[in-house]
Amino acid sequence: MALLSGFQVKIKTTMKKNIFSILLASAVILPFGLLAQTAVKSKTKTEQKPVTAVLSAKSSASIESAFTGSGEDWFIEAGKAVFPALPYSYEALEPVIDKSTVEIHYDRHHRGYFNNFMKAVAGTDLEKMSFYQIFGNMTDFPAGIRNNAGGFYNHVLYWSIMSADGGGKPSGKLLDAITRTFGSYDAFYQQFNDAAKTRFGSGWAWLSIDFKTDELFITSTANQDNPLMNTEGKRGFPILGIDVWEHAYYLKYQNKRADYVENFWNKLNWQEVQTRYNDYFRLADRLNK
Amino acid sequence: MNFEFPQLPYAYDALEPHIDKMTMEIHHTKHHRAYFDKFTAAIQGTDLESKSMEAIFAEISKAPLAVRNNGGGFYNHNLFWEILSPKGGGEPTGKLAEAINTKFGSFEAFKTKFNDAAANRFGSGWAWLSVDNDKNLCVCSSANQDNPLMDVHDCKGTPIMGLDVWEHAYYLKYQNRRPDYIGAFWNLVNWNKVSENFEKALK
Repeated sequence: MALLSGFQVKIKTTMKKNIFSILLASAVILPFGLLAQTAVKSKTKTEQKPVTAVLSAKSSASIESAFTGSGEDWFIEAGKAVFPALPYSYEALEPVIDKSTVEIHYDRHHRGYFNNFMKAVAGTDLEKMSFYQIFGNMTDFPAGIRNNAGGFYNHVLYWSIMSADGGGKPSGKLLDAITRTFGSYDAFYQQFNDAAKTRFGSGWAWLSIDFKTDELFITSTANQDNPLMNTEGKRGFPILGIDVWEHAYYLKYQNKRADYVENFWNKLNWQEVQTRYNDYFRLADRLNK
Repeated sequence: MNFEFPQLPYAYDALEPHIDKMTMEIHHTKHHRAYFDKFTAAIQGTDLESKSMEAIFAEISKAPLAVRNNGGGFYNHNLFWEILSPKGGGEPTGKLAEAINTKFGSFEAFKTKFNDAAANRFGSGWAWLSVDNDKNLCVCSSANQDNPLMDVHDCKGTPIMGLDVWEHAYYLKYQNRRPDYIGAFWNLVNWNKVSENFEKALK
């Protein structure tokens, strides 16, 4: 699977460079997408649309998995969730995040959240609710839903916004928004690092878009909470998240969380963060803010 | 300043194979040390400097967050190292054994309850065996570095035994398998020390 994922990443990168390779990419990736659809269909026979049809057709990632970290993920019904492929090989994030950490994090922790979540929603009304609805009404549900829905979704976003060739700085509209809110990229960088370093215990730091103002803001959350949950004081649409649970970095960094946080930027895929930013405005009419 | 950073009462490799040497060394010299340093820095020059840990925790809701997190981190680890021993394991005896049987029905039932508290604490935290205000035993868990002495805690009492379930306590050896770490913990419990803590808490 690791090899396959690595191959897909290569194809995605190529697609951005050369339009002719889209045909090739579709031909290669489609069979795996169909496999995923078949698996989902067999569980939900009455559904008209396969999961992938809910997603934007322009996204190649939507073909390889129903969950890609894209904005559309929020509107997928919980009962139709599938555990997504890692969008690169386990060693792709070396030396920032070591192979063993990525493997255990993805295959044990993340998969555990997914399995527990699916078990918790099976046969309940939540199967028909979107993640967006569940997070927005989180206070209505037991802690098991909150912890595992968050754990599932947060990691999908986390994997999606990193890449082997990440790093650099944002540009375009996202950079404009960052400068508008924080004054400069450096000021943003500092504030985000502080949020990630000072979250006490398990949790996440986020860059999100404020539902009220459409502007960016930085927060951190405990455990597997996220800014979409109605348990949060300030709510918004997360476009960048860093996992600061010790399991995200302990094998390589031990107590030195600050080093992990600072190195993280070298694998951050700003293009994907920009895509999340665009998702928010593209999906504005579907967000019941 | 009343507070001192304690030496470990055994060698870093003394708890092998249940807790590995590297985990113990980092846990004590980095994590525990950092809590101590930050705690003493946070109370320096304040009224808290002359108070006992128990008195600080009793009004922790009025103290800055740095005191709660680092004071808890300092105290909790002190207790944790003390109730572990390379010669630990087995079962409690005497008054503590009687109190466990009275409260939980049996030692096995108590163990199950404590294991559940430790396994089900989501995220960073601790599982505790405490003596509550009515002098009864109780099992609970707390988030992060909170403990039953704190006025913010919903299961108040005097902790006599604690298990650290932050990932840093077990990740190098056990990774995502927290239940295996919890299982191994029982081979290390210093019941003499827990009994001593129990007797003190009853007074």
